Amino acid sequence: MTPSKRVTDAGPGWAERLAQDHARAIRTTLGAVARRPFGTLLTAFVIGITLALPAGLHTLLANLGGGIGGLPQTLRASLFLKDTVSPERGLTLTREIARRPDVSGTAYISREQALAEFRRYSGLAEALDLLKDNPLPASIVVDADARAPRARIEALFKQLAALPEVEEARYDEQWLTRLQAIVSLIQRLVLLTAAALAVTVLVVIGNTVRLDIENRREEIRVLKLIGAGAGYIRRPFLYSGLWYGLAGAFLACLLVEGGWLALRAPAQRLAALYEGGLALHGLSFEVAMAVFGTGAALGWLGAFWSVTRDLRRIEPG
Amino acid sequence: MSAADAMIVFEHVHHRYGEGPEVLSDTSFALARGEMAFITGASGAGKSTLLNLIALLARPSRGRIRVDGRELAEIRGRRIAAYRRCIGMIFQNPSLLADRTVFDNVALPLLIRGLSGADIGRRVRAALDAVGLLHKEKAYPATLSGGEQQRVGIARAVVAKPPLLLADEPTGNLDPDMAREVMRLFLRFNQVGVSVLVATHALGLIRDLPCRVLRLSGGVLSEQAPDPAPERTFDTV
Repeated sequence: MTPSKRVTDAGPGWAERLAQDHARAIRTTLGAVARRPFGTLLTAFVIGITLALPAGLHTLLANLGGGIGGLPQTLRASLFLKDTVSPERGLTLTREIARRPDVSGTAYISREQALAEFRRYSGLAEALDLLKDNPLPASIVVDADARAPRARIEALFKQLAALPEVEEARYDEQWLTRLQAIVSLIQRLVLLTAAALAVTVLVVIGNTVRLDIENRREEIRVLKLIGAGAGYIRRPFLYSGLWYGLAGAFLACLLVEGGWLALRAPAQRLAALYEGGLALHGLSFEVAMAVFGTGAALGWLGAFWSVTRDLRRIEPG
Repeated sequence: MSAADAMIVFEHVHHRYGEGPEVLSDTSFALARGEMAFITGASGAGKSTLLNLIALLARPSRGRIRVDGRELAEIRGRRIAAYRRCIGMIFQNPSLLADRTVFDNVALPLLIRGLSGADIGRRVRAALDAVGLLHKEKAYPATLSGGEQQRVGIARAVVAKPPLLLADEPTGNLDPDMAREVMRLFLRFNQVGVSVLVATHALGLIRDLPCRVLRLSGGVLSEQAPDPAPERTFDTV
């Protein structure tokens, strides 16, 4: 091979050249977006809604999960006492239980207190008046130290339930465990939905890029004719896919935040009804970043998929 | 002519499309480095096929082709693009991109080579100047006449200074004056060392030019004794 002038005026070094090629592709594709914003917006909107669904569900679940976590972490047992146990004995027992290890707090609720509370919350005051006797038992509420191992707390509750004064024991933990199980089931469903929707985004972007390729068939033909490499021809389409994905991610974040703004007031009223008050939040920074990352990755992949399949078909000659 | 002196060498090249009749049969010829030659023949005689084989737009069914010392059979896949960058191609339809200005159209071969902006500006203007269209750089192809579009296509083919120029019926859509002007352009590029192969059926146009004429008829190539002899007229151009 003979060195010729053509080699020396090949221009900048490879790194510089790569940066320059990418900068040109970015400029061209962003210019194309600016020239027909409506078409881009339409595709971005479809992607936005598709991405907003799992992001919104995830935020909802995170709030629910946070709500559950925000509930008093102590495990609580209610020991219902036999009617034969006197209030004095009940109070003594309450103090005795409070001294046991792994117990963080106790409270004695007399039959009268229980009735008063029931009257206040149940709205069945008239019905209660019809009864001659107070049907409610006295009870001791026992809060276990949540830092203690679960097995030890269960053993403790079992011991307490077996006390001769205790008629029946009930653990509040059960509904919490069930709720947690339901939430983790829904979380799994969200993951599955997200996977299905990711495929949707891939297809939407792939199809949009396929149409772009079809519209620019002549340009691709000419580029191949004058010796443009596959990477050069592919690059603008990959960037287009990236822009679609990022624009979609941006719209998805807007939609989730919009939904949060619309739901915030009633959700906070609901949260306030729970003791301790749930701290509700909108789209977290991490989730927003995940949405942008997913959008970008799916956009690029969808474009890559179309471009590798379709560019081969367009040949000059 | 030794192999090293040749820009294009065809050795017993046959070509057929699918199961059809042979478009080229047993074609052998050579184009020297820095030579300009014409291929003539009726339409359908295989002129375009011959050029397509050189540009790797088609592959021969049999025979060997060497271009600039390279065996074309060995150029495959990704290397085709790099090979095509060594050839300037001109067609009867200049296939310009309608949504780009004349400047941007001519700049394409430089963009794919990754030249910097300043280099591109300088070279595109030089190429447009050579075809007499410097004042049209901001125009869009649709606003140009057929002859002007063809000259933009020529500027695009030569802007990267390829060592070989192929032209397929470049004057097919042009009036005689414009056609003569385009042929003069090719001669000018040839005089600065570019090898040029032009397929044309405009015999009247090339009669007076000092170049070899290869005649294709029914897929068979024969060399026409140039009239007048090239050596005699070459200096007068």
